Amino acid sequence: MVTKAARPRKRKIVVRGPGKTSVTLIVNGETHEVLVEPRRTLLDALRKDLGLTGAKKACDEGTCGACTVLLEGKPIYACMALALECDGRTIETIEGLARDAKLHPIQEAFIEEDALQCGFCTPGQIMSVKALLDENPHPTLEDVKRAVSGNLCRCGAYPKIFKAALRAAELLRSRS
Amino acid sequence: MRSFEHVNAPDIKTAIALLREPATEAIAGGTDLLGELKARLRSPRRLVNLKTLSNLREIRYSPKAGLRLGALVTLAEIERHPIIRERFSILAQAAASAATPQLRNMGTLGGNLCQKPRCWYYRHRLFHCWLKGGDRCFAEDGENKYHAILGADRCHAVHPSDLAPALIALEATVRVVGPDLDGEISLAELYTKPTESHRRMTMLGPGELIIEVRVPPPKKNARGVYLKAMERGSWSFALVSVAVQMSLEGKRIADARIVLGGVSTIPWRAKGSESILIGQEFSMELAERAAEAAIAGAQPLRDNAYKVSLAKSLVKEAVGSLAS
Ligand SMILES: Cc1cc2nc3c(=O)[nH]c(=O)nc-3n(C[C@@H](O)[C@@H](O)[C@H](O)COP(=O)(O)OP(=O)(O)OC[C@H]3O[C@@H](n4cnc5c(N)ncnc54)[C@H](O)[C@@H]3O)c2cc1C
Ligand code: SF4
Ligand code: FES
Ligand code: FES
Repeated sequence: MVTKAARPRKRKIVVRGPGKTSVTLIVNGETHEVLVEPRRTLLDALRKDLGLTGAKKACDEGTCGACTVLLEGKPIYACMALALECDGRTIETIEGLARDAKLHPIQEAFIEEDALQCGFCTPGQIMSVKALLDENPHPTLEDVKRAVSGNLCRCGAYPKIFKAALRAAELLRSRS
Repeated sequence: MRSFEHVNAPDIKTAIALLREPATEAIAGGTDLLGELKARLRSPRRLVNLKTLSNLREIRYSPKAGLRLGALVTLAEIERHPIIRERFSILAQAAASAATPQLRNMGTLGGNLCQKPRCWYYRHRLFHCWLKGGDRCFAEDGENKYHAILGADRCHAVHPSDLAPALIALEATVRVVGPDLDGEISLAELYTKPTESHRRMTMLGPGELIIEVRVPPPKKNARGVYLKAMERGSWSFALVSVAVQMSLEGKRIADARIVLGGVSTIPWRAKGSESILIGQEFSMELAERAAEAAIAGAQPLRDNAYKVSLAKSLVKEAVGSLAS
């Protein structure tokens, strides 16, 4: 079938790239403007352009969860999102959890329960637990298991991760 | 990833016009497409972002018209929606079984239905296999543990979607639009066996999009189940899955729709099994016969004969669980 290469009419379209273009990312409450190519993933923008290396790059293809961050409060894989498509949106990373040099209760609970070995998966696990507890302050063990089912731990620290998440829920309830 | 231009689609019409240009791809959640771009299976010059089409994000329900899902609804939204969980439970179950919480927050319905096969030869840049325009299928006499057992021809990859079997069992239709196309077809018709001249897993061509999925209201006394055999409890595509939707009148099966995933290049409707069940009183012996019919004509490859018995067991278990 022969199709004429029709140029879209009327509606104004904005073509960005392939070179760098300006994007606003609201990360842990701070607004940042970064210059990125459209192919830049959110993960690379966080790590390379903003120096926030808490979210880890392990598989870079959506199969490990080490890069988990919250986008508008929901956990996503930063390696599978384009930074450009997060323009003007709210992102939370592990760096935003501690306040005034004081760890977040989830971080405290992970230490208390010894919920890590190598620690590579930990920032991602904690962000998934954060999203769960933000929404559900009374999770069951099943809820916790489901919440971290997209975060691979090669060290097999899961039993302690589950305990830490439940402990964190207690801590948060007792402090609110 | 190679570099590309990026355009936010301002409206459906413009998106279609942009997409008919060469080397242009649509991106929704990006969970499948970015995998392809990173592996350099394709290197588009431009991506058209569908996520800005905010009118395609809605879930609507009315007892008369049934369910309407915009193409950009995420799998997480489907999984959690109270009405879908209650009245279209196999759809919620299928969504909940897919990928991981993070991917379900990102992945959309339209992207799920149009995702590309996971065949490892397809996903490897250096294998220019038949589906990608080459002249042979490497899986046919290669590593084919995850491949098709039913109805395969030139390509032996399975369609990876979990939502498609559930939606076809629910008699869903899709609204598709394109440069010379605007209409509603049954979801089953969307899936076509790839042919010499159309080496794709859906009938859609360049610039053609799914806009909406519609599901008719559930039948009287309808119930359903989605069972998925996986290598691990999360993050796994179906080895075999089965969606069964049945209506019962006492012990008599008034209606049944059975669709399998993971067994063919298309979601596989087991019509033979359905006709064994419909009009009959349920018994385990009947379920057994229906299960046998589901795998009639199976042609396993070297490494995937296990799928034949797996498919049979799943159908029997699913039908049995609904009738008792
Ligand atoms: C690690 C991993 C595990 C996964 N596990 C599962 C699983 O268990 N079950 C499962 O079903 N899926 C699984 N997936 C596939 C996952 O990508 C889809 O479930 C997801 O829904 C795709 O949606 P998307 O919006 O991200 O698609 P995108 O990547 O944005 O798009 C996918 C394709 O569809 C096209 N497209 C997008 N929207 C439309 C539209 N409206 N009309 C026409 N074409 C369109 C795009 O051009 C592209 O070619 C998995 C993916 C990964 C990476
Ligand atoms: S099964 Fe299909 S996708 Fe896989 S190698 Fe064969 S032709 Fe290619
Ligand atoms: S680095 Fe993103 S999922 Fe592994
Ligand atoms: S602690 Fe090592 S990967 Fe989880």
